[in-house]
Amino acid sequence: MAAPDLTLHRDEALPVHTISLYVTNKPGVLVRVALVFARRGYNIESLVVSPAAKGDFSRMTITCSGESTTLEQMIKQLSKLVDVVHATDHTDSEAYETEIALVKVAAPLEARTGILEIAEHFNAKVVDYGTESLILRVFGASEKLNAFIALLRSQGLLELVRSGKILMARGLDET
Amino acid sequence: MSLQPPETHCGAEVLIRCLESQGVEYIFGLSGGAAIPIFDALVESSIQLVLVRHEQGATHMADGYARATGKPGVVLVTSGPGATNTVTGLFTAQMDSAPIVVICGQTLTSSLGKDAFQEADVTGITYPVVKYSTLVRNADDIPRVVRESFHIANTGRPGPVLIDMPKNVSEAPCEASLNPPIDLPGYSVPGRADATTVEAAAQLLSQSRRPLLYVGQGAVISGAGKAVTELAEKLGAPIVNTLLGKGAADETHPLHLGMLGMHGTAYANKAVVGCDLIFAIGARWDDRITGNLDDFCVDAAKIHLDVDEAEFNKVLRPDVCLHGDARLVLEDLLPKVGPLDTTEWLATCNGWRERFPLKYPKKGGLRPQHVLDRLDALTEGRAIITSDVGQHQMWAAQFCRTRNGRNWITSGGAGTMGFGFPAAIGAQFGHREKEVWAVVGDGGFQMTLCELATAAIHKLPVKILVINNNFLGLVRQWQEMFWENRLSGVDLEGNPDFVKLAEAYGVKGLRIRRPGDVDRRIQEARDHEGPVLLVAEVVKEDNVFPMIPAGAPVSSMIIEPPRERMEKPSGST
Repeated sequence: MAAPDLTLHRDEALPVHTISLYVTNKPGVLVRVALVFARRGYNIESLVVSPAAKGDFSRMTITCSGESTTLEQMIKQLSKLVDVVHATDHTDSEAYETEIALVKVAAPLEARTGILEIAEHFNAKVVDYGTESLILRVFGASEKLNAFIALLRSQGLLELVRSGKILMARGLDET
Repeated sequence: MSLQPPETHCGAEVLIRCLESQGVEYIFGLSGGAAIPIFDALVESSIQLVLVRHEQGATHMADGYARATGKPGVVLVTSGPGATNTVTGLFTAQMDSAPIVVICGQTLTSSLGKDAFQEADVTGITYPVVKYSTLVRNADDIPRVVRESFHIANTGRPGPVLIDMPKNVSEAPCEASLNPPIDLPGYSVPGRADATTVEAAAQLLSQSRRPLLYVGQGAVISGAGKAVTELAEKLGAPIVNTLLGKGAADETHPLHLGMLGMHGTAYANKAVVGCDLIFAIGARWDDRITGNLDDFCVDAAKIHLDVDEAEFNKVLRPDVCLHGDARLVLEDLLPKVGPLDTTEWLATCNGWRERFPLKYPKKGGLRPQHVLDRLDALTEGRAIITSDVGQHQMWAAQFCRTRNGRNWITSGGAGTMGFGFPAAIGAQFGHREKEVWAVVGDGGFQMTLCELATAAIHKLPVKILVINNNFLGLVRQWQEMFWENRLSGVDLEGNPDFVKLAEAYGVKGLRIRRPGDVDRRIQEARDHEGPVLLVAEVVKEDNVFPMIPAGAPVSSMIIEPPRERMEKPSGST
C-alpha cells in the first residue's frame, strides 16, 4: 500500500501567524471571520472554536499564513467586526501553546517496537491497539508534533488528525 | 408613540412599532409573499410607504435620504430576488458609509435551507457588503434587533445593516419589551482621540509652512464642517476635499481649492504635490486620490483623523493617527494650534488657482460643463445635487461648488450607475422644502429610470438633469486616450427620446439643444411644481480634464487635452 501524501500544502515562503479572537456566540460569526481572511488572501491552517468561560462568548484560535504586511490590517478588520470583542496577534508573544494529534500508523509485528520507542520518547499514548495498526495520541507544541509525525512517516503513517493549536496568554495578560 | 405592552401584537406589528419609535418617517419598499405580514402592519402605521418599481431603487432612495438628513434610511423588500436586488444598494452604502437599514422578508424558518420558493440565503449573500446583519429566528428578539441595527447603522463609521425576517417570525406573537437594552459587547463608538495623539498632531502642525487639509466624508458625517473651517482659518491652511467630502467646508471659501484626485482641480492637486504636511480629516487615501503611492506626498508629514481604526496604516503609514469623531477631535485640537507662517504658500496656491482654472470650450455646441456651471449659478449652491456615475459626475463635482456637505450626494467608492436619480428621490423625501436636482448621464439613468413612476405618484418636485451624450462617456474617454480610440461597448445607440419617456410617466419633459437655451430651461424646470426631466443634448465626445491617469503620480496630471497618444494606465480604474 502506497503511503498517503500527508505533507502540508502551504506556501512555505509565507509566514505563519497565530491569532486569538474573543467573540460573541452568535450565528454567522465564523463566516464573518473567515471572510476577513479570504478577502485578503490569507490561508487558514487551523481554527479552533470553543466556548469561553463566560456564557454567550466563544474563543477562536486561528493559525494562518499570509503576508506579514497584511497582518496589522487583518487584526484591525477582525476587531472591527461587531461580534468580535477583541482580536490579538500572538505571533511573537510568549503565550502557552499546545495541540493534540491523533496518528494512525500501520503496525505489522516487526515494526511495532520501533514505533513504540518513538511513541515513548514523545510521551504519546497508544489509544487503539489493533492487529494491523495503532492509533497514537500526542500533545504538545506544534513543532514537537511536527517532529513526531515526521518520524512516523517512515513507519507507514496512515491517517493524521490534528486539533489545531490552542493558546493562552501567560500571567494576568488577556488572551 | 406609546410604548404599551405588546402582548397581543405579532412580530410584524412590533417591528413597525419599533421603527416608529426610531423616528422612521418613510419606508422605501416593494412587497412580496414573505413580506406581506410586514406590509400589512404598515397599514396602521404613521410611517409612509414609498412603493418603488425595483428594489435597487429603494436602497438608493434610502441612501439618498440618509445622506441628506443624517438619519438612517429604511428599505423593506421580500425574500429571494427582492432581497438579492438590494445587494448593489447595500454595497454602495457600505463603500460610502451610508446608514441604511434593509428589512427583508424570508421564507418560514422551517423551510430555510430547503430551496423553498423565493428562499435565498440573504445573510450569506450579503456578509461582505453590510456593516451587520441578523436573521431573526424568534419574534421576541425583534425589538432588540431593531434597536441594535439602528445603533450600528448610524454610529461610528455608519453603514448598511440588514434584518432578515422569516414570515413565521413576523406572524408569531411577540411579548418582548419594546425598549430592550442593547447587547453589543464587541461594538463601541469612538469619541475623542487620545490626548497624546492630539498633542502630537498639534506639534507636527506647528512645524509646517505648507500645510494642507484634505477633507473627506467623515467630516460631513460628524458635522465637523465648522471646525474644519476654523482650523483652516486659524492655521492659514488651504483646504481640498474628496468627491464625498465636497462641501464639508464651503467650497466657495477663499481657502478652499476644491476637489482633489483623478479629476480634481489642477490647483488642488498641485497643492497636494507641493505641501509639506497633509492632514486627512475623515478621508481614507483612496487610490483615486493618491495615484501612485510611491510618489504620493513622499516628503510631507501626514496626519490621519478617522473614526475607523482599520483605516490607519491601510494605504500608507501616517506620522500621527487621531482615532475618533472628526468634530470632537478637531474641537480638542483647535485650542492647541496657532497661526502658521503660510503667506507664501497661500500665494503659491492662489497663483495656481489663477493660472490653471477649470475651463471648457465655449464654442462647438452645447457643453455639459456649461450646463452644470449654470445650474450652480442659478441655484446659488443652495440645491441638493445628487449625481450618477461617469463624466457628468465629475463635471458636476467640478462645477457645482458645494456649500454644505449634505447638499452633495454621489456614489463614490462603489461607483454605482443608477444611483443618482433614486438618491434624489430619497433626498427630496427627507427635505420636502428644498430644491433637489439629480444630475445623471444617459447610461446610468436608464438603469433605474422606472422610478419616474415613484416621483410622479408622489408629485415630488425633484428635477432630473440628463446629460445626454449617447455614450458611456468616461469609458469612451479612456478608450480614446489610452486605447487608440478603439471604441468597444460604449455607444448607447438606441437611447429613447427622454422627453417623450418622461411624458409617458406623467413627468414634465424639457430639452436643451443650444447653449442659449440653458438658463431658460433650467429656470423653467425650477419653476415647475412637480417632477421635471430636463435633457441636455450635449456634444458627444467631450472629455473630463484635469485628469490623473489611474495609478500615475499626482504630479503627472493632464490639465489640457493631450496631443499625443498616452500610455495605458497602470492603475485599475
